[in-house]
Amino acid sequence: MPDNDKPLLSVRDLKTYFFQDEGAVKAVDGASFDIAQGRTLGIVGESGCGKSVTARSILRIVEAPGRIVNGEIFWYGEGGEAMDLVKLNPDGREMRSLRGRDIGLVFQEPMTSFSPVHTVGNQMVEAVQLHLDVSKAEARRQAIEALRQVGIPKPERRIDEYAFQLSGGLRQRAMIAVALSCDPRLLIADEPTTALDVTTQAQILDLLRQLQADRGMAIMLITHNLGVVAEMCDHVVVMYLGRVVEVGAVDDIFHRPQHPYTRALLRSIPSIDMTPRVKLHTITGSIPHPYNRPSGCPFHPRCPERIRGVCEASEPALRDLGNGQYASCFLYELPVQAATV
Amino acid sequence: MKATADSNRLLEVKGLQKFFPIRKGFLQKVVGHVRAVDDVSFFIREGETFSLVGESGCGKTTTSRCILRAVHPTSGQILFRTAAGKVVDVATLPEDQLKPLRSEMQMIFQDPFSSLNPRMTLLDIVGEPLLVNGVTDREERTARVAELLKVVGMRPEYMRRFPHAFSGGQRQRIGIARALALRPRLVVADEPVSALDVSVQAQILNLLLELQAEFGLTYLFVAHDLSVVKHISERVAVMYVGRLAEMAPTHDIFYAPKHPYTEALLSAVPKPDPRLRSKRIVLQGSVADPANPPPGCYFHPRCQYVVDLCRQQTPELTEVAPGHHVACHRATELQLAGVVQ
Repeated sequence: MPDNDKPLLSVRDLKTYFFQDEGAVKAVDGASFDIAQGRTLGIVGESGCGKSVTARSILRIVEAPGRIVNGEIFWYGEGGEAMDLVKLNPDGREMRSLRGRDIGLVFQEPMTSFSPVHTVGNQMVEAVQLHLDVSKAEARRQAIEALRQVGIPKPERRIDEYAFQLSGGLRQRAMIAVALSCDPRLLIADEPTTALDVTTQAQILDLLRQLQADRGMAIMLITHNLGVVAEMCDHVVVMYLGRVVEVGAVDDIFHRPQHPYTRALLRSIPSIDMTPRVKLHTITGSIPHPYNRPSGCPFHPRCPERIRGVCEASEPALRDLGNGQYASCFLYELPVQAATV
Repeated sequence: MKATADSNRLLEVKGLQKFFPIRKGFLQKVVGHVRAVDDVSFFIREGETFSLVGESGCGKTTTSRCILRAVHPTSGQILFRTAAGKVVDVATLPEDQLKPLRSEMQMIFQDPFSSLNPRMTLLDIVGEPLLVNGVTDREERTARVAELLKVVGMRPEYMRRFPHAFSGGQRQRIGIARALALRPRLVVADEPVSALDVSVQAQILNLLLELQAEFGLTYLFVAHDLSVVKHISERVAVMYVGRLAEMAPTHDIFYAPKHPYTEALLSAVPKPDPRLRSKRIVLQGSVADPANPPPGCYFHPRCQYVVDLCRQQTPELTEVAPGHHVACHRATELQLAGVVQ
């Protein structure tokens, strides 16, 4: 994290486990990263990497049998004072005030996030009145304005429609409007465009960038789409099987990836400017089942650079590589003369 | 119209139309039609990979279903050259002649989780097409299933297991094995990798290319992910609201598009390289309604190059360069931007 970026949120060694009959699923197993004020942080990873559970942990909406078992989530208030969200009561007044007001959330599936039996307007007015001390009429006025700002045409009509009456793109815009209705300092967007067509995706990403510029809002963008990360993010956190494997500025992550998983991931995507119909690089094997976590470094069974005797024996810590990049890999912890197999 | 196709053409679609009636009222009167597929013509050569690309509601999936006769086309011809060398029109073929033909055309589905019956073992799933088509001897069926599983990179010992024991990528391999059971000549792959993690997509795409080379398969790929399409296709057709906007060899579509919609589509794809963040074409509005398309060119309300003619007259698909077809009044005069080389 560069020194001139003031942190808004700092996650330190977060561990969120799900305790089920078959055993504990370590959905997040030691995640640490910072979000700077007004910047966009991308959290990228594949299935089971823990990115969504991380977002839910921050918002304290992890449901039983899940629980935060370790770590701190520092939220920096307007005056610079830090508050550890892990210590707060998830149903308490402080957390409820933060959630939806200081921190907005946009989900992947707008269809399931909206109540099917309430109009969009009802839901937005409820969100506004929950956090701001305004009359219903004023809340409605603000909601119409919010819909207009996210580019929904004829917002004074749309506000009285139901979610199913809106197209996917408009629904997502409405979700963003709800998330922004109380002018949050941080917007957490969990796969906000995955369910949308590519041209609609371009519109929504454009909208998010513009809203961020207008409001100085930070964005935590969770996605598996590396193209979206490259387009939108200032910094990137790469996660694998519940752990943060690499952190860095977006250009460093894409052009100087340090962790073997990041490198392998970047090599395996068919890029639109690649030579077609050549064999893609693949990562051997597949993502382990959460109940079958490998010992030591979670990536070691699939890692082309694994060090026998080291990587399966213990877990690497997230190490500062000097230029604002961090990686959790024994390649950077051992002295140079370690042999790679 | 000639009923014969060129000798190396496996499939030729001519003037295909599929309209779905819209019914309203107590008596379910037909008040309009959804023009899902609206005069689509193209051919696929034997051994080729041809992709149909477009966004939601463009008609690509309905087109592929018509080709397999999973739905009855409203009108048009679907000429298929059988293994015996005869050309038949799948659109109007009677049921008893269609059944034997079905072994020559198979489908791979998008969702690896819903496309496999959870109550059937792999042996049952992959063996079912064989059973239905006369391979009643259990030993022979088991041997063939073992062979098929090996071909798609799965261990034959797994054949007694159920789908839930496998990951998304492995389930997709099972679906591919099932599709290959009857040694088809045409394989329709409907978004076969979009539900998979990035690193798994690469494995499945490599597999599809290998299988094509080994078995001389012809692929009709239906997809919305342009990076994947570019990687795997030799020719691409872009659809918009039931009509073909552009059709050309892959290289031309991506580097020298001639339709404004194609240009916008390419521009909208987020590139996995932060140094390629350029000014993008962001289309206004949303995709036209196939039940009520705009007059003239369906794309004109969103097109930045629109002129009066576009509002009045629907453009026909014309060949403007060898193998390059466009449906745009201004195709020859516009200089459009493709992907940067």
